[in-house]
Amino acid sequence: MQKEQFILGVIVSNHFGVLTRVSGLFSRRGYNIDSLNVSETENPEYSRMTIIARGDDYVKNQIVKQLEKLHEVKKVELMDPDRTVLREHLLIKLRVTPATRPEITEAVNIFRGKVVDFNADSMIIEITGEPSKLSAFIDFAKQNDMIIEMCRAGALAVNRGLQNLGN
Amino acid sequence: MKMNGAQIIVETLIELGCDCVFGYPGGAVLNIYDELYKSSDRIRHVISAHEQGAAHAADGYARASGRPGVVIATSGPGATNLVTGIATAYLDSSPLVAITGNVALPLLGKDSFQEVDIMGVTMPITKHNYIVKDVRDLAGIIREAFAIAQSGRPGPVLIDIPKDVQAAECEYTPSGSTQKFSPPKPDEANIDRAVELINSAKKPYIYCGGGVVAADAGDQVRKLAVLTDAVIGLSMMGLSAVSSEYDFCLGMAGMHGRYASTKAKSEADLIIGVGVRFSDRATGKKSRYTQNAKFIHIDIDAAEIDKNIPANIGLVGDVREILKRITAKLSPTQRPEWKKEVAKMIEDEIFFYPKGQEMHPKAIIERVQRHTSDDTVIVTDVGQHQMWCAQYYRFRKPRTLLTSGGLGTMGFGLGAAVGGCFARGGERTVLFTGDGSFGMNLTELATAVSNNLPIVIIIMNNGVLGMVRQWQKLFYGGRYSNTTLGRKTDFVKLAEAFGARAARVESAAGLDRSLEAAFAADRPFVIDCKIDMDENVLPMIPAGGSIDDIIVK
Repeated sequence: MQKEQFILGVIVSNHFGVLTRVSGLFSRRGYNIDSLNVSETENPEYSRMTIIARGDDYVKNQIVKQLEKLHEVKKVELMDPDRTVLREHLLIKLRVTPATRPEITEAVNIFRGKVVDFNADSMIIEITGEPSKLSAFIDFAKQNDMIIEMCRAGALAVNRGLQNLGN
Repeated sequence: MKMNGAQIIVETLIELGCDCVFGYPGGAVLNIYDELYKSSDRIRHVISAHEQGAAHAADGYARASGRPGVVIATSGPGATNLVTGIATAYLDSSPLVAITGNVALPLLGKDSFQEVDIMGVTMPITKHNYIVKDVRDLAGIIREAFAIAQSGRPGPVLIDIPKDVQAAECEYTPSGSTQKFSPPKPDEANIDRAVELINSAKKPYIYCGGGVVAADAGDQVRKLAVLTDAVIGLSMMGLSAVSSEYDFCLGMAGMHGRYASTKAKSEADLIIGVGVRFSDRATGKKSRYTQNAKFIHIDIDAAEIDKNIPANIGLVGDVREILKRITAKLSPTQRPEWKKEVAKMIEDEIFFYPKGQEMHPKAIIERVQRHTSDDTVIVTDVGQHQMWCAQYYRFRKPRTLLTSGGLGTMGFGLGAAVGGCFARGGERTVLFTGDGSFGMNLTELATAVSNNLPIVIIIMNNGVLGMVRQWQKLFYGGRYSNTTLGRKTDFVKLAEAFGARAARVESAAGLDRSLEAAFAADRPFVIDCKIDMDENVLPMIPAGGSIDDIIVK
């Protein structure tokens, strides 16, 4: 069976220690996390996690059921990629010379990114989008050996339509 | 009423029906012990010799009674000494509530004296755990902890309470009701599919685990078996779930299971797993079963379905309720061919029995059983003696076997026997142990003696770590690395030094005489039974093997 990537939306109690419980479960049972994001929801009693993980159907099922057993986990949903808006955020600092500047600016425009810091030798670029788009931009920057440093946030995922994860 | 945290702890425990707790005092739980002192007429505290013993005692109390067992320990080393006990309860789904003290809130996180992040340490081995930082949350948390420990698949819960929270005051309101979370109910269509599968089976085998004991569903299992001519096999945790008096209850299956039980499981065309997790020790080579059989898996824990064995039908909920719904839809069906086939296996099993020697462990167990009743709680440690008990002791009533199955904790037995004895109002309790296991936590003899507990302790003493030695003999070329103990410990003198009575026996006649005395004693009685160090637990199926790989001598 294939180790495909999947998206989990998880509603948890907004208590300290919840992140350790969830991440501990993954490491203890040998499941891989590609990314994990957690933040408070509109209701301060709850936090919402978006977890991108990898595994076959067996692992996928086990992760959902094992997560559901945790007392502070209120809801777990395997999100359908076709009905989900998935976004990541990238901040990337590039080395810049007068010669490379036009090329970079053009790339930023193509990727619908934003230049958020600019000086003679470097630039910080902000890009939001699907994980594959961010990876494509990183590849471009890597090829030209421009990366000074980068920081990529875990993916956020929300279902399309009226339904929400909490109810 | 205004109370401090320590008072609230004691009041809430009493409110939840807890009349006996186990533990060991220390700096960070002084306030709790002060309140226990003042309330000693309403709640009994049993002090152990070591916190691990207290944890096993609370676990044993829970297993023997079905009610949560409570253990209290101080911060730091007190708390870490509970860890093996908590893990033991976790692996065997036992409702243990552990209460630990911790340093005061301003000292947390500063590597203070006797400070350990016990919540972090026990996260992977508890159903849930807490640190209480506000006294106003305390009563609610204790109530919730009891509910979590007992609901669904039971398990341990730890509550860590900093010392200043125990001293802080707030309003306490008693609560009338004990909450419990209700399990899911499978829909009718799934029950119907299970019934259909049962009706179409030719060789049904009901495989019961600890979940049948927890749900008190033995009578329903037996009803299903009688209705369908199914045979019953048990995991080690399932022993005692169904009385061994029932002819087609074949006993334990698996690595050291009885021949007929393991054989029938391999030949079955339908395995109905009830409250059982198909652990590696009980299942071995999975493909050997899945090639013949379809699976119905009934469990209260959804995560068990499809975890170790893919099920054709998974039913999640209270196993007793589900079995009732299934049997209501079945009409009696006879399967004489299958019964005949299994009867032959039972007949063949006699060839696997050891013969002759009067001090063979099987003979010892049978001699002990002459003195026990159906209600006697039998406790074991871990190793060869444990397997012999599982094979040869005839359990007749649920919750009469306390044994560490999942974790395999050597040293579990004596503490668990103390707790089991308290749970049964001081009735005579029997502990089977080995010289290795007994050596691990024998200090609890002090606890048993102080409380005049009539525990009969049978040490199957072969002078070696028998189970490890058996593997060394079979799989490591007979290189007995560090398993030939050759200790000079005199268990009779040792027991007497603790204030217990004791005898050493080397013959059947001597054993009978000592058993007479032991079962009449008003305190713990240790019987040091010499057995042969080369006696193996047989039959044996090597790890990952199947009935085709069975070792018989």
